[in-house]
Amino acid sequence: MTASSVSVPETSELVVGVAASVALVALAVALSTWRRLGLGVDILVAVGRAAAQLIVVGGALHLVVDPDAPVAWAWVWVAGMVVFAATVVRRRASEAPGLFRIALLAVGLAAGSGLAVIFGSGTFDMEGRSIVPLAGMIVGNSLGATVVAARRVVEELSDKRLEVEARLALGQPWQVASRPYVRAALRTAMLSQVEQTKAVGLVLLPGAMTGLVLAGVDPVDAVIVQLIVMYLILGSVAITATVVGVGLTRRLFTADHRLVRLERAAT
Amino acid sequence: MVTEQPAFRFEEVTVTVAGAPRPLLDRVDLTVAAGGVTAVVGPSGAGKSTLLRLCNRLDVATAGTVRFRGDDVDDLDPLRLRRRVGMVFQRPTLFPGTVRDNLSVADPGEDVADLGAVLAEAGLDRAFLDRRADDLSGGEAQRACLARTLVTQPEVLLMDEPTSSLDTDGAQLIEATAGRLAAAGVAILWVTHDRAQVRRVADRCVTLHEGRIVSASDDQSKEPGDDVHGSNGAEEAGR
Repeated sequence: MTASSVSVPETSELVVGVAASVALVALAVALSTWRRLGLGVDILVAVGRAAAQLIVVGGALHLVVDPDAPVAWAWVWVAGMVVFAATVVRRRASEAPGLFRIALLAVGLAAGSGLAVIFGSGTFDMEGRSIVPLAGMIVGNSLGATVVAARRVVEELSDKRLEVEARLALGQPWQVASRPYVRAALRTAMLSQVEQTKAVGLVLLPGAMTGLVLAGVDPVDAVIVQLIVMYLILGSVAITATVVGVGLTRRLFTADHRLVRLERAAT
Repeated sequence: MVTEQPAFRFEEVTVTVAGAPRPLLDRVDLTVAAGGVTAVVGPSGAGKSTLLRLCNRLDVATAGTVRFRGDDVDDLDPLRLRRRVGMVFQRPTLFPGTVRDNLSVADPGEDVADLGAVLAEAGLDRAFLDRRADDLSGGEAQRACLARTLVTQPEVLLMDEPTSSLDTDGAQLIEATAGRLAAAGVAILWVTHDRAQVRRVADRCVTLHEGRIVSASDDQSKEPGDDVHGSNGAEEAGR
């Protein structure tokens, strides 16, 4: 990859940039107050939290991506990322029983297979500088689909309980009786990423490419990296949604083909 | 096919759910005859639907034993049991697609002639096979559901208030079909709130109240509940 005219801003310029962007945050708070949205405090908390988290992460990342640091640290970072993602999924879809383990498996599989493809093909060198950001993009982007898959499976099977039980009452095994509803849930979970992939370049300039172009990398190289990332994310979304959909569905039926009582989350 | 064994035997059956103030069923002893129509009546929350759902293992007992033709239902393959013990639910629940698609869910290998015959058995013309499920009236949909259940050729039919959302004509068609099936040897367990319906269709009647059997009678000239025994000892309905 070539960085023909890399022009990373000076620290002082970055500080000015952050200050200028805070002005837009102030505008968001002002709009919330004017329209009585009641989001002013939430916006300020989100902004403060994002700053604190990124500063901490940036400091830690600095150590991990150091060329002299052992690559094992990067893998520890990835493992922590996967565990944290599973925790987030469980919290955001609390109505789904036993979700933590299923999400851990799903996100771990997605991250593992994605990184195996990248490093197995020799696209990037296996070092902290590439392991952590690539794993972050895979895990972060599949998080939303994982939550949607879990919530939609529970919603479909509780909303369509009568239909599911009518199928069970005809002697269908749970794997067959649940199939149309799990299929609908997985479609919903994956559709957003599929649409996003379709629209890339036309209405959306994605993060990796934008970052590389801003950093002065040749746009063609940036596009190629972005394509790799997009395909990885699409694959990881499919993996996480499917593993969560199938794993969760298994937990929602008993061994003797009964649908357990489900509680919908308050919306 | 009527056999010597009763269709079902409930032995000290209790069903409890966490958080409920009392058991859904409380030490129920009951024998359901091998043939004919057994009505199950009682107020809302009496445990009627729970009693039915134990028969095809959509629910399981917390304590006690449910026997089908003498065998503990826990020892039977639930999928085979459900094809021998069909169920028609209170609300007609058809799957997306045509009536033929719905009937094929019960038996994907069934040919059109047989599906048409099953549809006729439930009081619908075979022309309904190509009708879309969501275009049917409530009565037609319930008869299509009944036909779908009959595709598996059940020995016993569980009817969970199948006519409660239908008009008089629709209810009469379902009752007539049930009468024909019972005459052909299919045992029917029919939950209803309608006492006039009990007199029209049932050979015997079981009354539940707060999870307990308060009467079981072969005599339909009496109002259900008239012969309250005041205990929950073993009751028989047309053994």
